[in-house]
Amino acid sequence: MSDAAIRPHAELPVGAIGSRASGWWAMIFTIFTEGSLFAYLLFSYYYIAAQPHLPGTFPQGGVPSLALALPNTIVLLISSGFVAWAQTGVERNDKKRLALGLLIGCLLGIVFLIVQYFEWAGKSFPLASSPYSSLYFVVTGFHMAHVVVGVLVLAALWFWSRRGYFNNVRFAHVHIGAIYWHFVDAVWIAVFFTFYITPLLGLGA
Amino acid sequence: MSSITDYERMPDVAEAERRGLAQEMQRLWETGPGVRGWLSTVDHKEIGLRYIVTAFAFLIAGGVEALIFRLQLAGPNEHLLTPEQYDQLFTVHGMTMIFLYAGPVLSGFSNYLWPLLLGARDMALPRLNALSYWIYLCAGVFLYAAFAIGFGPNDGWFNYVPLAARAFNGGPNIDFYALGMILLGISTTVGAINFIVTFLRMRAPGMTINRVPILIWGTLTASAANVFAIPAVSLAFFLLWMDRNLGTHFFDTAAGGQALLWQHLFWMFGHPWVYAIVLPAMGMVSDGLPVFCRRPLVGAPAVALATVATMVLGFGVWVHHMFATGLPTISLSFFSAASIIIALPSAVGVFAWLATIWTGRPVFTTAFLFFASFILLFTIGGVSGFMTGSLPVDWQLTDTYFVVAHIHYVLIGINVFPVAGAIYFWFPKFTGRMLDERLGRWNFWLMFAGFNIGFFPMHIAGLLGMPRRIYTYADGMGWDWVNLTITAGSFVFAFGVLLLIANVVRSVKAGRFAGANPWDAPTLEWATSSPPPPYNFVVIPTVGGAHPLWEDRLGTEGETSHTRAGLVLDHGREAIGTTPVDAEPNVILKMPGDSLSPLCLALAATALFVGLLLLAWWLVALSLLGIGASILVWLWPRARLGETAGGAHV
Repeated sequence: MSDAAIRPHAELPVGAIGSRASGWWAMIFTIFTEGSLFAYLLFSYYYIAAQPHLPGTFPQGGVPSLALALPNTIVLLISSGFVAWAQTGVERNDKKRLALGLLIGCLLGIVFLIVQYFEWAGKSFPLASSPYSSLYFVVTGFHMAHVVVGVLVLAALWFWSRRGYFNNVRFAHVHIGAIYWHFVDAVWIAVFFTFYITPLLGLGA
Repeated sequence: MSSITDYERMPDVAEAERRGLAQEMQRLWETGPGVRGWLSTVDHKEIGLRYIVTAFAFLIAGGVEALIFRLQLAGPNEHLLTPEQYDQLFTVHGMTMIFLYAGPVLSGFSNYLWPLLLGARDMALPRLNALSYWIYLCAGVFLYAAFAIGFGPNDGWFNYVPLAARAFNGGPNIDFYALGMILLGISTTVGAINFIVTFLRMRAPGMTINRVPILIWGTLTASAANVFAIPAVSLAFFLLWMDRNLGTHFFDTAAGGQALLWQHLFWMFGHPWVYAIVLPAMGMVSDGLPVFCRRPLVGAPAVALATVATMVLGFGVWVHHMFATGLPTISLSFFSAASIIIALPSAVGVFAWLATIWTGRPVFTTAFLFFASFILLFTIGGVSGFMTGSLPVDWQLTDTYFVVAHIHYVLIGINVFPVAGAIYFWFPKFTGRMLDERLGRWNFWLMFAGFNIGFFPMHIAGLLGMPRRIYTYADGMGWDWVNLTITAGSFVFAFGVLLLIANVVRSVKAGRFAGANPWDAPTLEWATSSPPPPYNFVVIPTVGGAHPLWEDRLGTEGETSHTRAGLVLDHGREAIGTTPVDAEPNVILKMPGDSLSPLCLALAATALFVGLLLLAWWLVALSLLGIGASILVWLWPRARLGETAGGAHV
């Protein structure tokens, strides 16, 4: 038996280290499955949108207004920026920046949810009035549920950061939570494009 | 600023026989005593066995359901069952066999075997593994609770709208089915993620991607498919639940919705799922059969690639379930061609297994008989699949008994027969005892004869025009003798399955002792004792080839495998994390101990679905809080698991 065949060539890090943590990989594949869920949701939208409709029924009430949706999209993108800023902060052992970035990201997520509430409240139709209303509220509802989870994740990470759990080596939790948040923001782009931009391009009209 | 080197260590190397090492490992890895230990264990072997036992309980239930409605169909104009009872029985039978038996039993084998095959101490995410089992159990109980109170699903296992809509199916039957399936989908998804991460991170040092056993490829491929396919069916069932309870119009054609959207979403999941419940079973044959042919599998890399290719193609064939729905010809042609192309990777497997027997020195054990007969049954099921993949034939045969024959040759032939063989093959590893070979012969021949007598005539019934899913039929249709034969055969088959169970029950206590490697097999699970200790391997094996225990007779690929000496990793529960392709060690992983969080989370999730069933929003809110709390406790960063800055714990 030769030790050389068995012993690693160098010392090995121990425990949760960035993308070597099993949880990091688990989150990547969670995002694959969640991404598929949204793909099927949007497939359902396009499948029904591509069928013939009476004028003004798809989208119901005409092309949706961008007045709240566009600024809100920007809010969500900025929140991702702050979370990324927190991530690079912890990599440099800047714990204040970590906590601040997570807090701002979390608060912007809450702002997004409040604006979405007004967006929903401003709709002239309820959930059960047509296939369009069903799609609109269910797809954006699924996304809002993901934002709620993301906000809770950021809040937990902020709390743990304040307790000093993380430093420039031990930050796997931060990165795992952050990629989830980036995913929630990225998938909104697809939802936003589907519901707000494709009608402008004539789909369903 | 900390440095990464503060968190590093050079792991010790030792001989497995080092004094006190096994005792120390036992102390670190043993599950706690009593009920609490039983409820909180994360040992993959315990979870795997629970999966297998639970799946077999469902197999028996589904089998009894089938026997009851086969009695109803044994002759014309029988009155054993009412139409409504018949509808529930055949639907619950399908749901049970496809979702509660066929998938979970393979998860059970994979859970038990994966870490042993990979030379690892556990799955990558042990607590997620426990969660996956508990949710499976809860979903099974949830679905069967409906049946027990008389509201079992009653619209066939693929549950087409509009028959499944509230207007045509007013009871809670379909709500139970819809919510239970979403719950079960969570179990399957987290299980799939665990297999993928385990494959990428937990292979023993040296187990490069070309040295991985074929069973691993089967389960890995199935898991990757599940990650992408399960959301389709979960979403379909959720939208249906919304349509039925909250008045949405996704599938409501009268209001501008699309009934066919259900079929698309269901089969986008459904067809990959068919492969998910056969590819791991084929993997078990690919690893088991060669042991009894006393040679390595012929063309192993081709079989691994064919496994992956089957699944990739399997995502592009779902419309062959919808040939009779009036879709455009161009679409039908594409999906027909794609379906027929699947014959190619399937043939790669068939010829590899045949060549292995042909060029080997077969030992005719019961396990061998089950594995070898699978090749025949798969071929018959493949040919009938090829036939229905062709448009004109499908238009003739769709919704007849021919399709029932096809699905049973495929699912019993490629799932039940390999599973029975796998029980004979791995039972010694699970229990340390051998199954009885004499009883095994009776078991095999009764199952094989009963299956073919019971299911082959279904082809003929279909060709004679007998539709599927009819609760009775008139005299003089020419279907009498064929139905009587089917019923008789299915009872013989059931008796064969009963002998399998009898053999297991008897041999657990009275079987001959097995020893570590009773079959003289080549892979790592046979390098440890039978049954394996909680930590699987005292020292981490190092792998130098695809057949670590046959290197003395096959020669090596220039590197030697080591099982008697290796990395120790004894600073708490630890495992080695390796790189995804080359399996070079790159981290020492801190593994979690027993935990009640998975059980709490499973119970809270189940309460959520009960709340949705009853439309009890207070229960929904309460369960969401429970879910949040369980996850928070689960994920709280712990110094002991090397997750926090304080205390390096290396």
